[in-house]
Amino acid sequence: MSQEAIKERSMVLQKEMVEGLFNDLDRAKELGKKVCYTFVPGNLSELIRTFDMLPVYPEINALQSAMRKKSASYIKEAERNAHSEDVCTYVKCDVGMMMKGNIGPTGTKIPEPDVLLLSYTGCFTFMKWFETLKREYPNAKVIMVHTPYQENAQMTPQMVEYMVKQFKEEVIPQMEEVTGIKYDEAKLKKILEYSKEAEDWITKIFDTTKHRPSPIDAYFAGVYYIGPINIGFRGTPEAVEYYKELYSEIQERIRLGLGPVTPEGEMKEEKYRLVVEGPPNWTSFREFWKIFYDMGAVIVASSYTKVGGVYDLGWRHNPEKPLESLAEYCMNCYTNLNIPQRIDLLSKCITEYEADGYVTNSIKSCNSFSAGQLGMMREIEDRLEVPVGFIESDLVDPRYFSYSNIKNRLESYFQMLAQRKMMENQNA
Amino acid sequence: MKKYYLGIDLGSTTSKAVIIDENDKIVGRGITNTRANYKVAADIAREEAIYDARFNLLQQKIDKNLVEKPEFKKYMKDLRSVFQYGQFKRRFDSLEKLLVATVQDYTYANKATILEKLREILNTIKPQIEHEFINEDLGSRNQFFRDIVSEKYNAEVEKKGAENFEPLMLAFDKSITPTENEMVQYNFKELVLEAMKTLDEKYKGLADQQEDGKHEDWYYAELNAVKNNYKNVEFTLRDHIEEIVNEEINIAKMTGTGYGRALLPFPEDCIKSEILCHAFGAHAVFPNTRTVLDIGGQDTKAIQVDSHGLVTSFHMNDRCAAGCGRYLGYIADEFGLSLNELGPEANKATKETTICSTCTVFAGAEVKELLHNGEERPNILAGLHKAIIQRAMSLIARSGGVKNEFTFTGGVARNEAIVKYVKQMVFDSYGEVTMNIHTDSIFMGALGGAMFARRNINTDLPTTKDKKEATAE
Repeated sequence: MSQEAIKERSMVLQKEMVEGLFNDLDRAKELGKKVCYTFVPGNLSELIRTFDMLPVYPEINALQSAMRKKSASYIKEAERNAHSEDVCTYVKCDVGMMMKGNIGPTGTKIPEPDVLLLSYTGCFTFMKWFETLKREYPNAKVIMVHTPYQENAQMTPQMVEYMVKQFKEEVIPQMEEVTGIKYDEAKLKKILEYSKEAEDWITKIFDTTKHRPSPIDAYFAGVYYIGPINIGFRGTPEAVEYYKELYSEIQERIRLGLGPVTPEGEMKEEKYRLVVEGPPNWTSFREFWKIFYDMGAVIVASSYTKVGGVYDLGWRHNPEKPLESLAEYCMNCYTNLNIPQRIDLLSKCITEYEADGYVTNSIKSCNSFSAGQLGMMREIEDRLEVPVGFIESDLVDPRYFSYSNIKNRLESYFQMLAQRKMMENQNA
Repeated sequence: MKKYYLGIDLGSTTSKAVIIDENDKIVGRGITNTRANYKVAADIAREEAIYDARFNLLQQKIDKNLVEKPEFKKYMKDLRSVFQYGQFKRRFDSLEKLLVATVQDYTYANKATILEKLREILNTIKPQIEHEFINEDLGSRNQFFRDIVSEKYNAEVEKKGAENFEPLMLAFDKSITPTENEMVQYNFKELVLEAMKTLDEKYKGLADQQEDGKHEDWYYAELNAVKNNYKNVEFTLRDHIEEIVNEEINIAKMTGTGYGRALLPFPEDCIKSEILCHAFGAHAVFPNTRTVLDIGGQDTKAIQVDSHGLVTSFHMNDRCAAGCGRYLGYIADEFGLSLNELGPEANKATKETTICSTCTVFAGAEVKELLHNGEERPNILAGLHKAIIQRAMSLIARSGGVKNEFTFTGGVARNEAIVKYVKQMVFDSYGEVTMNIHTDSIFMGALGGAMFARRNINTDLPTTKDKKEATAE
């Protein structure tokens, strides 16, 4: 496939959305819009949009900085300002970027926050992160929502009620105060209609990996696909259009029997189908991806593409019950599931997408992902007798990505898969 | 024509080669230290394995004599050591030339003195080393060229006065690496005949050994037998040598593995991960193996295998190589001991001093502090050995634990204190488990590679042309 053809319409749409957002952020004052910093897991995009605020996602800025090879200097800057080597590198990258003038990944300045909204507390670091930002931006209003963990693998009516109460008593009144806009439930409902539709489409898209060859890579390309839905466009007609377009492009690939698109063109032969747990490394994203596609490995499902919402099991935003569904959404993000739920979810992916193997990329500085990963891997190995692999890297700190170590382990892993396949074929 | 298969394991510290026959039986093994030029390291390991194979073939021919007659056993042992001296000497000659040339290029005012001192050193250590090879079985001590020379050279430099220390050491540092990286070709037959001639002279002048109680009984028995019957041995050997020399060791296929495998001039499908090779090798030697622990120079690997020897899961150390073989090397240097002395010394301990095992370099500082505080050397060493195994146990746990049977491989498995702690800690965590350690444990990766070569690699050997191209890149 030529480079021309790779730039499909969906990509253009996505680019327009991202650029539009950053342009608006650059002109926030001029536009009279308030700015709300928030995190991807359990994000209340729809509520932010109801109040006409512009969202900023510090983790997204961090990963974008890493892909543009800027994270190392930001991290260094944060460390010079007393952030320890062991602090989450997303935090340090963000803090460093701020200290160096808060120029965002697209080159435009990111405005100061009017609101710091924390709607997911499964990651303790998030709380500390905003505490740090609060000191830097004393005028920003901090809104913190406590999100109960799915300790017993369920969202009870009491849990929902507890969260809705926080929305009504804390979040909405403060947002009204900051923006001067009255809460408009009809508007929220309309936005949630679009969310639901976008979620339907994205579920269908990630379900196309059922095909052989899989038309998409659900990890390395998947992280691009989840972009719009994770950076505030959930609940917009633009997102719905993007996902519809993407879905039809993928359908065309299926019709033509094509494998996933990689930075070096189309993947020629699908040798291995894998499910990956954990975020990717962003500083060497291309090199990391290349190790996989060079080996003919395609990722048919990944937990990372579920950080912004788990839709596989049928859950959707519900316009009929707007606040309740926002509450459920927060509690239902991937890292808020308990370990057995995550194991079940990943097992389902391995079985349904007929994966040959399961690989964990353990992230040095991410506790909410890394905790329990080894146990999950062992359980999945025992339950499904699927070959498992384990590698270690980091989110955005290039010092923790050792190309040769990772390649060495993955090479061994792929040779192990090859051997197993050979044995299975012999026995078949 | 008989077919043989070669496995090369290019590790971070040593490079190993194993040759097997069509029944997976090991016919030859070779080992050398890994050096800057990986190709030379691999080639030397392979050459060594071929010599070893020839010696083994020779021994097969005189099998009966070896069992029944002590003089044959002694003669063959001596022959190998003196053969190694022949190889050593050729490389040493290169080193000597380079040393002299290096010093001649110096701009030091006292160049002439330095050169004189250098010649004195060389003239002292040359006969020393020759004597040790011929009379003290230096060849069987698994020491590499660099180790043998530097030990002797350093000792002599110390005696040449502080003013000459720097230039003499500099000359050595500048000369040893190029010498090591040079591929020296030997003629097997020439070396064997030369070795036999040396032995002839040695035995001729040998006085009857009186049993002075310094050695075990068999030592005197062998020595006296060989003294009286060496001519007979020589005669028998000459019969076979021609045949052995002409026997073509036809390597049908080969596989490269190990840390440096990507740099081997092999085609891609002749390269296998060391994880798979170690597991396959260990499983071949001990067919009931289910868990393999391999501690190499910079990797510790915990591997689970199925009943066919195929890997089901594995775990390796990441980000840090504290607790691997190199750690032991570093510790040995800190104590001024050789690697072989570490284990026995640690086993003299009365208790294990607690050592933080997270960093090799810090452990060095910790050792100095402990010594300063009067802690006994064996106790510290015991603590260090234990710390290494604690790290390995954590990796094993992460890979899925120890299943029966458990096989321990890699160079570090030669260390008796390490083995003691592995046994102890495996028992503590997993109960009674059969634990296998083979004297050839360091060769398991190369063996597994050779076995893969025999089984499922259907490509031809790289031709000389391919090799040249690969090297040129």
